Amino acid sequence: MGGLLTEAFLSSLFTGAIVAAIPMLLAGLGEQMSEKAGVLNIGIEGMMLMGAYMGFLVAFKTESLWLGFLGGILGGVLVAIVMAVLCVRLGLNQIVIGIGLTLGVEGLTALLHHFQFSRTYPRLPAPERLNIPGLTDLPVIGPSLFGRHLIVYLALIAVAVLAYLYRRTNLGMTLRAAGERPAALDVAGGNVLGIRVFATLFTGGMAGLGGAYLANIGAGLFIPFMTGGAGFIGIVLAMLARGRPLWVLIGSLIFGAALSMTTALQVAGSNIPTDVIQMLPFAAVMLVLVLFGRRAKLPSALGAAYERGAR
Amino acid sequence: MAVATDKLNDLSPETGAGVIGVHGVTKRFPGVVAVDNVSLKFHPGEVHVLLGENGAGKSTLVGILSGLQEPDEGYLSLNGEKARLASPSASLDAGISTVFQHSMLVPTLTVLENLTLGAPWYQRPPRAQIAARMDELKREFALSLPLDAITGELSLGQQQQIEIARALLRDSKVLILDEATSMLTPQGAQELGERMQQLVKSGLAVIFITHKLAEAYRYGNRISVLKQGALAGEMGPEELKGMTEDEAVDEIVRLMFGREAGQTSTDHRASTARDQIALKVENLSTQGDADVMGLHDISLSLRAGEIVGIAGIDGNGQKQLAEAMAGQRALTSGRVELHGEDITGASVAQRRRKGLRYLTDDRLSEGSVGAFPISENTVLKDIGQPPFWVNGIERPNRIAEHARELIRTFSVRTPGEQTPIGRLSGGNIQKVLLGRELSGDARVVVFNKPTYGLDLQNIDASRQRIAEIAGRGLGVVLISTDLDELMALSDRIAVMEGGRIRGVVENDGTGEALRLRIGRMMAGEEEHKQATA
Repeated sequence: MGGLLTEAFLSSLFTGAIVAAIPMLLAGLGEQMSEKAGVLNIGIEGMMLMGAYMGFLVAFKTESLWLGFLGGILGGVLVAIVMAVLCVRLGLNQIVIGIGLTLGVEGLTALLHHFQFSRTYPRLPAPERLNIPGLTDLPVIGPSLFGRHLIVYLALIAVAVLAYLYRRTNLGMTLRAAGERPAALDVAGGNVLGIRVFATLFTGGMAGLGGAYLANIGAGLFIPFMTGGAGFIGIVLAMLARGRPLWVLIGSLIFGAALSMTTALQVAGSNIPTDVIQMLPFAAVMLVLVLFGRRAKLPSALGAAYERGAR
Repeated sequence: MAVATDKLNDLSPETGAGVIGVHGVTKRFPGVVAVDNVSLKFHPGEVHVLLGENGAGKSTLVGILSGLQEPDEGYLSLNGEKARLASPSASLDAGISTVFQHSMLVPTLTVLENLTLGAPWYQRPPRAQIAARMDELKREFALSLPLDAITGELSLGQQQQIEIARALLRDSKVLILDEATSMLTPQGAQELGERMQQLVKSGLAVIFITHKLAEAYRYGNRISVLKQGALAGEMGPEELKGMTEDEAVDEIVRLMFGREAGQTSTDHRASTARDQIALKVENLSTQGDADVMGLHDISLSLRAGEIVGIAGIDGNGQKQLAEAMAGQRALTSGRVELHGEDITGASVAQRRRKGLRYLTDDRLSEGSVGAFPISENTVLKDIGQPPFWVNGIERPNRIAEHARELIRTFSVRTPGEQTPIGRLSGGNIQKVLLGRELSGDARVVVFNKPTYGLDLQNIDASRQRIAEIAGRGLGVVLISTDLDELMALSDRIAVMEGGRIRGVVENDGTGEALRLRIGRMMAGEEEHKQATA
């Protein structure tokens, strides 16, 4: 174990942590908004996968990563529209519909991918990186922290923007009211269903973007079922963050580090069995849940459809 | 909108077209006709009181005027024109603001945020502007609110002020107050009454919903009485001016009950106290925090057959005291004895089995499970106990039989014992809970505001029952904010203020003098003259 903290190990750990963290961060930020508004979005895994598929397809066909990201957002929103209609407008059970959507999209994307690419897995060219002069040349942390694609920095900016939005604007307040006591928002003249639809679509967009990042930047290709629970971890992150975007970021980095530990430990040639290493991210989830999950405060009306005048 | 208001002000209230009209409105719910062909007109410059028992249709009418429900038959009119209020925002746009019986504020938001709730999402909260308007309201209507406090941490009275302030900030033409005084102290209700008169002088129409007769006369300019969903009668301003309070109350009672019911008896109950100590609380203290007031060094003893009243302004530790006695709240020090047995360490269920019963005032969330049928709610505190469960198996027929008996005895108005309790009106839920706590082998009963929200007949019946169980030799702790109730029933009255007992007085029925003395203690002015009893 003495030779574990080598430059190669740390460098691949940091790089991997960020690559793994960004999709979870985006999904977590999205889920956080819909949870604030009272919609428990279990379909986020499906939205993310649709984002990964559409994002890859568009990027592959147009050879533009940015159009790919747009395609990813669109893919996530498409799935979210179904969720919004069924769960917000019609008031169906959010958990059942969410699971159904995830399973449905898993099948659908695998099928479409099979039609289009048969059994081949074409790759995208390596993405261009934003090189920040000076910082990128730093040893160990330089390439991993400062040589990323622009989208990484946009995701970090989104954390700050959302934090401001929740704290200082009417929109943030309306979201919180819709999740905490929708009837109060309704009689105050607010639009409960409208804000919930918006939050659900936002979640879809963010999850789709996260999926597109996963496919286009993280892997450079699309494989069916490739999200592998990243969307579900987003739900955990949103729950643990208690409404704070910054905590979603911290949480996603912790989970990202645990995930990248799997590859980093193998790079470092450690003699810990691979099975144990691959267990790490899930052990981390459980550990964090045990440590912090108990005191997590969720909005009062989370998961409950709103019907005016019902008692 | 300002133009319309001015025009209406010129019309005298008697001949004016009325700012809102209700025309032949009927609203049905499964099994019940909640509002039955009601026609009403509300005029600017008047406090229009809607008076009726629980379930008379007052709240449904409020729901229709505030856009939560639409009438099945009939229509509404605004300034003489037929109008439809299809949503709460349509109602707000029409200048109608409603302060609901149950708080319609988001507890986790600040006061300022609740005041701006419902504003378009793209706007910034206009903090400075609202602070300035609040200063005005403070001068005009004595509404004073901490803008940055978390709403859920404020008292119910303050939360109501937020809702009134919100209506005023919106420049409403009509203000609906649904059971607005039920959570206020007598002084608070008095202030609200004066506030309503100021509001109507500035040109508003105020619709004040209540079931308290004296309030209707004191604060109202016009009174409409509802009875089982239908309009039973109306008394206009001229008619009311020509009457004394007693005459008006007699007339209202005649309209409401169709018979001459005497003034609610304020006769002092003869004491049935015995020598034996039933419940003894010594130096009891609990932890307080920003949300909940702590208790400090409370000592109280209760004899069998005695009723000890706990007076005080709402939120001065009465609920915490009740919970501490029932075992629902951890003590930091002190001890509790039931018939000489130390029960300080006993659990809630153990205390209940030993005969210590607690009737909560929070009937919706703590007292009942809204989605469960009435029958299961009646045995909620006896789950697993015979005769309703035998060897762990539920006996639905016995539970149903028990529930039907309770529904009969306490005249609960319901289609049947299988109806989910959440569908009942507040007063009827309270009756079920009252029945649940009085059943079985009770020795000491702690009542927290037992008659709050009940109609006159049921208040009388409940009070008689409380007197009866004291007469059977049970000890009764009666927490109430209604001083009349305490003075009618109690042997002694302990006054709580700031989490302490400020004094205990013998209720000798000296009337006005005693009332003033208790009032002074409630306000915290007469401290520690008699520390214990």
